[in-house]
This record gives sequence, C-alpha cells and structure tokens, in this order.
Amino acid sequence: MKLHEYQSKFQFADFGIPVPQGQVAATPQEAFQIAKESNGPVVVKAQVLVGGRGKAGGVKLARTPEEAEKYAGEILGMQIKGLTVKKVLIDPAAKINHEIYLGVTTDRAARRTVMIASAAGGVDIEEVAATTPEKIIRVHVDPFLGLRDYQARDIAGMIGLPRETWRQFIEIAKGLYQAYLESDASLAEINPLVVTGDGDLLAVDGKMVLDDNGLFRHPILAEMRDIDEESPSEFQARQAGLSYVDLDGEIGCMVNGAGLAMATMDMIKLFGGEPANFLDIGGGAQSEKVAVALRIILSDKNVKAVLFNIFGGITRCDEVARGILTALEEIQVDIPMVARLVGTNQEEGRAILAEAKMTTAATLAEAAQKAVAAAHSKA
Amino acid sequence: MSILVDKNTRLVVQGMTGREGAFHTEQMIEYGTNVVGGVTPGKGGEWIGKIPVFDTVRSAVETTGANCSIIFVPARFTPDAIYEAADAGIPLIIAITEGVPILDMIQVRASLDQKGTRLIGPNCPGLLTPGEAKVGIIPGNIGTPGSIGIVSRSGTLTYEVLNALTHRDMGQSTCVGIGGDPINGTSFIDCLRMFEEDPATESVVMIGEIGGTDEEKAARYIADSMTKPVVSFIAGRTAPPGKRMGHAGAIVEGGTGSAEDKIKALEAVGVRVADHPEQIPDLLTK
Repeated sequence: MKLHEYQSKFQFADFGIPVPQGQVAATPQEAFQIAKESNGPVVVKAQVLVGGRGKAGGVKLARTPEEAEKYAGEILGMQIKGLTVKKVLIDPAAKINHEIYLGVTTDRAARRTVMIASAAGGVDIEEVAATTPEKIIRVHVDPFLGLRDYQARDIAGMIGLPRETWRQFIEIAKGLYQAYLESDASLAEINPLVVTGDGDLLAVDGKMVLDDNGLFRHPILAEMRDIDEESPSEFQARQAGLSYVDLDGEIGCMVNGAGLAMATMDMIKLFGGEPANFLDIGGGAQSEKVAVALRIILSDKNVKAVLFNIFGGITRCDEVARGILTALEEIQVDIPMVARLVGTNQEEGRAILAEAKMTTAATLAEAAQKAVAAAHSKA
Repeated sequence: MSILVDKNTRLVVQGMTGREGAFHTEQMIEYGTNVVGGVTPGKGGEWIGKIPVFDTVRSAVETTGANCSIIFVPARFTPDAIYEAADAGIPLIIAITEGVPILDMIQVRASLDQKGTRLIGPNCPGLLTPGEAKVGIIPGNIGTPGSIGIVSRSGTLTYEVLNALTHRDMGQSTCVGIGGDPINGTSFIDCLRMFEEDPATESVVMIGEIGGTDEEKAARYIADSMTKPVVSFIAGRTAPPGKRMGHAGAIVEGGTGSAEDKIKALEAVGVRVADHPEQIPDLLTK
C-alpha cells in the first residue's frame, strides 16, 4: 500500500524529521486560504500515487495566494497517468542550495534493511543507479542493532554533506529508519532532502510504501489507503480475499496459486493470446469466492474468453465448478469458457461443468490453446 | 535417500488443533509421516487421535524426541512459533503460513542463521519425499519415488510439474517448496547444494518466478559447483513491472527480477528452460 506525499511527510514529522509546514487542500479556495496563512511563496503539489508529477504539470510554484488558487484550480481534477488529482499539498517554498537523496528499503539479496543515499537528489534514483551507480551509497542495517550514529555519519561524509549539517543529518537518517521500522514499510524515501539557504536540512518530498502484511499492526495507517491506487476490480478482489491484477488482454483467467496463475498467463501468450488478468483464488476456495472471482473477470469488457485452470489439492474441483455455475446463473454471457480441472474431486467437478456445456481440457497446454482459439473466433 | 525429510523424521505440528493444522496433520499421517506430537498453548495434555498435544515445543521435544517442526499458526504468531521451535533445539522448521511481515522475516532469518537452524518457507507448500514422508500440504498422491529433485518458489505450479513427471513414471527424490516471500529461510542454492550431495538425486528441476535475483545467483552456483543436470521453468514472462503477482516476492521492480533476465542467466550456463511447465519431463529425457 502506498502513502501519499503529505501522509508520508506527516509520518516523517512524527519521527523528528523536519518537513515543510504544509497543508492539504481539496478546493482552490482552501488553497488560497492556506497560501495566505503561510505568508510567502508556496508550492502547489498534486497528491496522486504515481511518479512524474512534476513533468505532468502537477507541481507549480505560486508567489501569491491568488496564484496558489489559480494553480490549485488547474491541478485539481487533472489526470496524471490515469489517476485523477483530488487533493493538492500547499507547502511553503524552500530556498534550495543543494538536493540529496535518502531512502530506506529492503535488500532482498542481502536479507537486510538498507539505507541508500546519493549526492544526486531530486531525480529518479533508479535512473541514477542505472547510469552512475558510483553515486549511490548503500549501508546495511543490522536488524538487532538498528541504524547506528556512526553509519549515518559515514553516509553524510560519503555524499559530501557539509560538516555543520552532520548532526542534523544523523537525526534525520535515524528518524527515517525508525519511521520505516515502526510503519512496517517496504520503502521510505526523502527525495529531495534539501540543504536550505540557511544551511538547514529539510525533507521537501517524501514517499512511503507499506508492507500489506504488516498493516494489522497499524490500523491508523491502514485507514489511509487511497482506493484510487487500485482499479475498481482490484479493490473488489482484495475485499473478497482474491489476488487480482488488471491486464490489457482478452482472455480472462481464474487459477489457484500465484505461480500457476502466472504460468497460465504465460501459456496464453505462448499460444498467441493475451491474458486479461492475473487471478489467484487461493487455496481451499469455496464456491462463493469463485463466483465473485468470475463476476470480476466478466466485468472486464475486453474479455472474449475465460480459462479456468484448477489444480486441486486443498482446493476441491467440485467447489470451484459449483461457484462457476452460481455466477453463470446470475450473469448471462455469450463468452466461451474453457475449464481444466485436475486433482481433488476432479470427476465431480467435470460432471458439474458438463451440464454447463463448457469446453474442457486435460492439459494446461490444451486448455490455453482452446481458450486462445475461442477468443480469436469471437473477435 | 532424499534430502531434509525421510522415514526418520519425527515431526511436531505447531498449530495442530487449528482448522488447517488439523486437516493437514491427518493428511500427513495418512501418507505415513511420523507425526509425534502437536503444540497448542493451553491445550497441553489433550490428545488428537493417537497424537499428544503439548503446551510448548520444548515439552514436545523432551517427551517425543521431535527433530522437525511444521507451523500452521496465523501470520502474526508465526515469527514467535519459529523462534520457539529454534529455541527448543529443532534443527529443521517448515513454515507454511502466508503473510508474515518482511521486517519480521529479516530478524527471523538473522537469528536462525546465528543458531544454525534451517527454516523452509514461509508461504510455502513444504516438503515431500515420495514414499517416505510428507511434511506440508503437497498432495501425496501426485508424487512417486525416484531420482529427480525439485525445488520451487511456488505451490500449485510445483504440483503441475510433479504430476507431469509422475504420469511419465519419472519419480522424485524430494520436492522442496521454498516459498514465495521476498525473504525466506532456504534458498535455491541451499537446495541445489543438498541435491548435488544427495546420492539418490540424479537430476534437478528448479521452478522460479519473477522478483529478486535468486535464480540468477542459482545460475552462477550451477555453473561453478554442480555436476548433475538442472532444468528449469520461470513463471511470469507476461507479468507487468511494478505489480505484485500474488506472492509477496513476485514483483519486477527497479529494473530487476524479470523472467527474461532469469531465463537468460540460466540458459547462459547451459540450463534448459521450459516454455511451459508440462515440457519439463521432455527436457529431462533429452
């Protein structure tokens, strides 16, 4: 789950990191009021959960409250990479001398939390890593010791921060690590962390991504979820405990197990089709859950064929078959469906689907080929 | 012969009285696994069929001599269950549970590495040594004894491959599901090394997926240290970047973790990679 910039920065502030004293506006009038109170130039920033807001025109410097109102009017409602801007953050503009990057994330290969810093801030860090990897500093954190002062001081030295700022930097680095830890984050980044004209450090932009598996420990953060982060189908699926990702193709798929679901998508592609989604109904799915899953697949208007691939273990093929029939009783569709049921109670499952005159297949390859053929004959 | 589990495995089930734990304990016993006890705090002294329940792993180990533990408790209690088993001296722990926070897993792994305890999982289907022991949730009937070792990050995808092999009378030594989380207890390389050293294993199937760089590291290990043939399948060629595909660890991010990179790395060291899982038996007979 992603947090908005303003949510991330408010979270950072709780851990002692200096951030601009900004406020969020949902209307141009509110933006005017906030800018007026802030008594100086402000930055109007679109709050959407995608990168590249600046390039899309979603970040503007306003010298007066009137300008802030005007820009907020332009930015609110704007589409950035398919997401509508519903809120803007009005931050007092900072005098920027120098920009650096500071982030915390998981290094999977090292099985450690890693702090990443770069003297090149304010730009896409992945691009820096790809083009000038020598500019990236990585320091691994011992999970039982936490980030130590000396490590933060090392980082400050390596990215060339002036000595006068080191003490402040150490507090910020430790605050960021603590914010990361205590939010169960998978990413916490300040980009840029700015050295201001007065020689102080200020976290001008912030981003946090939280580990969904850790949210049970953070009910307040969990409440902050912006449902725009997901498509309506993805939202529905999550509510139903299904793992679902929207894709652009024409063959809907329903599979049990994430690896097998990916393999099924790959097979569709291998035989000349395009998958419309990733969908894992999980282990031991009951018929109601299967019915919800099928409704979600069929709500995608691009879907021209549906492929069911179930390898029964704890999941019973007859349960899945019943769920498919339940959904089909409600939704009248003229879309060809191919089912491949193998494993626990496969005979019962196949018998149930035979009533529905569904195409069946014995192997995954056969099922994928039949689904692709069916989709193409519909096109 | 096999790796990790066999007839001599004495298994204790943490969370045996829960819904999942109870169901799979029955399945494991039916398969012939030597389940010696269960642990559910507060239910010590009770019996489930012929299996005694203990309050703590320590008391289970003292009474039964258990040398392996399987964990079916909910995610928020899983780290504690793992620590408890390790502290009781269990050398091999299998965590089936999905959804353990990654920061917990970083600590768990660091702690177990210091103790020398082996963890399989979490978020995995466990282990199957056909004809000897099933420690996990892999359907026992789809495996048959033989000489092919299987290691996989996936569950049902592994069942596909097992099933396809068994249909062709190509038996397996041990099947290991290492789990779909970004940080787990046992890696591909750990399993490849064990299969290389196991006299009963003649070839290995490695089933990977998008996310991380473990398959690439495994490719280097295969080139440097393996004499036995390895074939592979990598799931997720069609997965879009930045999207998590079900498994917590299955995500292409920051330009790393794509199926193409993994396939390229494996093919570069002579590992044959199947276009789809049902091709695996053919690749092994070539």
